[in-house]
Amino acid sequence: MHVPLSAYLILSAYLFVLGVIGVATRRNALIIFMSIELMLNAVNLTFVAFSRFLQSMDGQIFVFFVMAVATAEVAVGLAIILAIYRNRETVDVAELNLLKW
Amino acid sequence: MLETLIVMVVKIGVVFAVLLLVAAYMTWIERKVIADMQVRWGPTRVGPFGLLQPIADGIKLFFKEDLIPGHVDRTLFLLAPALSVVPAMIAFAVIPFGGTTTMFGLLSRPVALQITDIDVGVLYVFGITSLGVYGIVLAGWSSNNKYSLLGGLRSSAQMISYELSMGLAVVGVLILSSSLRLSEIVHAQMGVSWWFGILPLPKWFIFGQPLGFLIFFICALAETNRAPFDLPEAETELVAGFHSEYSSMKFAMFFMAEYANMATASAMATTLFLGGPLGPFGPSPVWFVGKVFLLLFVFIWFRASLPRFRYDQLMTFGWKRLLPLALLNAVGTALLVAVL
Amino acid sequence: MELVGLEHILFAGLALVAAVSGLLVIVQRHAVYAALFLIITMGSLAGLYVLLEAHFVWAVQVLVYAGAIMVLFLFVIMLLNLPREDVPWAPRDLRRIILAAALSVILLIELALVVGVHGTPAKGPGLMAGFGTTETVGRLLFTKFLFPFEITSVILLIAIVGAMVLAKKHFR
Repeated sequence: MHVPLSAYLILSAYLFVLGVIGVATRRNALIIFMSIELMLNAVNLTFVAFSRFLQSMDGQIFVFFVMAVATAEVAVGLAIILAIYRNRETVDVAELNLLKW
Repeated sequence: MLETLIVMVVKIGVVFAVLLLVAAYMTWIERKVIADMQVRWGPTRVGPFGLLQPIADGIKLFFKEDLIPGHVDRTLFLLAPALSVVPAMIAFAVIPFGGTTTMFGLLSRPVALQITDIDVGVLYVFGITSLGVYGIVLAGWSSNNKYSLLGGLRSSAQMISYELSMGLAVVGVLILSSSLRLSEIVHAQMGVSWWFGILPLPKWFIFGQPLGFLIFFICALAETNRAPFDLPEAETELVAGFHSEYSSMKFAMFFMAEYANMATASAMATTLFLGGPLGPFGPSPVWFVGKVFLLLFVFIWFRASLPRFRYDQLMTFGWKRLLPLALLNAVGTALLVAVL
Repeated sequence: MELVGLEHILFAGLALVAAVSGLLVIVQRHAVYAALFLIITMGSLAGLYVLLEAHFVWAVQVLVYAGAIMVLFLFVIMLLNLPREDVPWAPRDLRRIILAAALSVILLIELALVVGVHGTPAKGPGLMAGFGTTETVGRLLFTKFLFPFEITSVILLIAIVGAMVLAKKHFR
């Protein structure tokens, strides 16, 4: 009896929800970014688990693309955070309220 | 089952012990060789030919006061040397250092002289060496000292820049051997090929990929923070770079990590380009150790002869010269293999 | 020694490490510690990929995610030199936090119910030879998934140029 698929899916759902809580709760832009990475990793785990249990390689190929896009997103996102820090001296997202009425 | 376990533990023990010994005695070898090149003696007083010098150095470092400055981040300060040493050591787990052996008939089956043979061996080694960056970056940051921080960031920026070219330089080897498994890469280099019909040369990849080997070696120099790329840790620059605040055993661990990294880089270069343990009378650890020491000698030779790069020269070289060259090498190899 | 038992033990250990360090990522005050716990999470996920016979994926996870992306994160955190997030959670923040936590727990329960009710697909015949190896991935990338592969290279190029332009210091 191998480890059941639902075990992997529950772990993945738990990590995804942790990421959601991180994004919704924290004020530090970098930690919000890290929570987004946590969500992406949880989704990767789901893909790989399904790929194994459905005996199809498509899941792993998709993980490869998710990683590539995540790399691009992190590079550009961190550059944006650096630019914001240079302008406003803070990475607290509660302080970035110029567009608020 | 029990025999496999014992064999595995013995292999790990032997590799670990040899790696530690090499890391320790590299200090002696380096000092002696550089002294010879500079026409002076080097260590001679402690033991015959100064052979006990590393032991004396070890005892001195052990008894030095282990200073932890006040405002450092304690957890990371204590963790960073370990994070530096561990990746350097575990990268050796996939490198084949010999053929197969039966230990003079003691074992029931021939056992491959390689701790484990995973099928993504090359990627494993590159992944583990890129984890080695964390030790340096965390050491620089946790020291709570602007010189250490700058030294640490510079050093890690240098390491990740040259990692790219190192990976690309290996792509040529992968095209020629069609496998990421290190034992298969060694296997692909077996035999002799006759150049121009008269010159017999072993089928090592250094002859098929000379540019690839050169790029790999230069990137290995930069990865291990060795001269001429050792600006981030030179004593005359930024105090001592990322390890300014470290003393005694933790400093010794950084030192050991650097030499272990050198040994790992030489072992990888030997496996990928020089045929690993292959030699005239069959594969054996003797040839492997000989080739690794040859490359370590070249490391020391570089340090003795070349002045160091300035940091902007270093980064320009890595990104604007080596990376396009490595790309050209990969594309050129692919074209040649497709055409021929 | 039954190999099936070993798989369960490894899964339990790795899943526990991933779960605990995942939780620690989002509750840290200091960004550096959060990044380190995220690295541990990614490492344990790489271990889980080994159990799922995804050899190329675990190598790329360690090489790219833990070895490059998180180094970039640490660089930015250290360059910005941020202090600990000392701001105590004000009442208006507390309301938002409780609402977020409640909704997230509901999401988690929903996901768990979906998995429980619909069950998991039955396993068919064994895995094909070379499942999860680099050769299979490479073959698929250059035949069935060629177009996404080329588009990904364009995305990475755009990201490089974009990051450089955004982070450049403008000397007037």
